[in-house]
Amino acid sequence: MADPMKIRAQMKGDAAEIRVLMSHPMETGQRKDGAGKVIPAHFIQSVTVTVNGKTVVDGQIGTSVSRNPVFGFRVKGAKAGDKVVVSWVDNTGDKRSDETAIN
Amino acid sequence: MKYTITLGALAALSLAGIAPSAAAQGKPAAEKHHMKPMHAMPAMKAAPDPTTADFEKFREVLEDDNPAELFEQKGKELWTMKRGPKNASLEQCDLGLGPGVVKGAYVKMPRYFADVDQVMDAERRIVYCMETLQGFKAADLAKKPFSSDSSTPDPVSLTTYVAGQSRGMKLAIPQKNPKEREAFEVGREIFHYRAGPYDFSCATCHGEDGKRIRTQVLPNLSSKSGAMAATQGWPGYRMTGGLMHTIQWRMNDCFRQQRFPEPGYVSQTITDLLTYMAVNANGQVYKGPGIKR
Repeated sequence: MADPMKIRAQMKGDAAEIRVLMSHPMETGQRKDGAGKVIPAHFIQSVTVTVNGKTVVDGQIGTSVSRNPVFGFRVKGAKAGDKVVVSWVDNTGDKRSDETAIN
Repeated sequence: MKYTITLGALAALSLAGIAPSAAAQGKPAAEKHHMKPMHAMPAMKAAPDPTTADFEKFREVLEDDNPAELFEQKGKELWTMKRGPKNASLEQCDLGLGPGVVKGAYVKMPRYFADVDQVMDAERRIVYCMETLQGFKAADLAKKPFSSDSSTPDPVSLTTYVAGQSRGMKLAIPQKNPKEREAFEVGREIFHYRAGPYDFSCATCHGEDGKRIRTQVLPNLSSKSGAMAATQGWPGYRMTGGLMHTIQWRMNDCFRQQRFPEPGYVSQTITDLLTYMAVNANGQVYKGPGIKR
């Protein structure tokens, strides 16, 4: 099971600013280890964000994204107290979902 | 390890032999010399070179979402988890403020610990606690002490957690105990000790303002602002490779870059150097684990 994410969700004016820090190696499959063997690709493929059950981000990402990536979104129409759920699935089928409330 | 002892002995020798005259002539002169560039610093700071300025902007954006937090979280778990041959947590570890007190401990280390009659820095003390409380072997921990693509050693996460618990606090490295003062003096000697195939010392790169390696500005560790710049940001998440490193790694790598033999992991040599650096930075606010390029 993957390590937890860190999610910050805060109202800024009329929009909620959501920032997510994920713990993931994001291995491209292009690198070799010390012994010359290819390190297998291991990266997050899809990211979804829901606010009170409604999907606001449904995105595909790939190997160009860094290790332990940070994402930021601005969501209009959200309000303090709304539940934010962030989930990801990687190419090995591993997944992780964490939630927080907007403050 | 063997070399570390030699280096320490040499430093102690020169302390006994040369230090009095060096203190009489060199030190005040050196301080006076450093005062000038320090006063000139604000002007320099106002207009850093474009590369540095760009990176600083980048860093500011990332500071709120520093991946170092992931390691703080990991370190906290490791701190409270029962582990090791003795199946114990580190919650009884005394970081200088009493058993189990983590808050504010990082900004007061290196410090003297009566139970071992030694000065220890944060990571060294954590390793000591892992040995005594949990039954881990120091030699095992020293085998792979630094982060790599495949793993982040436990002491690294633990040190990051402990450091995070001193966020926003002022550095107050004690210098009351004679051993603490000795660590500072020996640290200064090592800092200025020239040797190796390149005839390098730490001071060669870090002894005056405005030096750099490639685009990387090197802080002058003998000045207050420089010492703080160097203390600040460690433990640090390096975006190059995405690895979490502590200041132990930084010291080790500086020795490597000078083509010195590697100092022992959590050795007295490193404690002495860290004491010298951290005392120079005393009184300034520690911002917590940082982010590095």
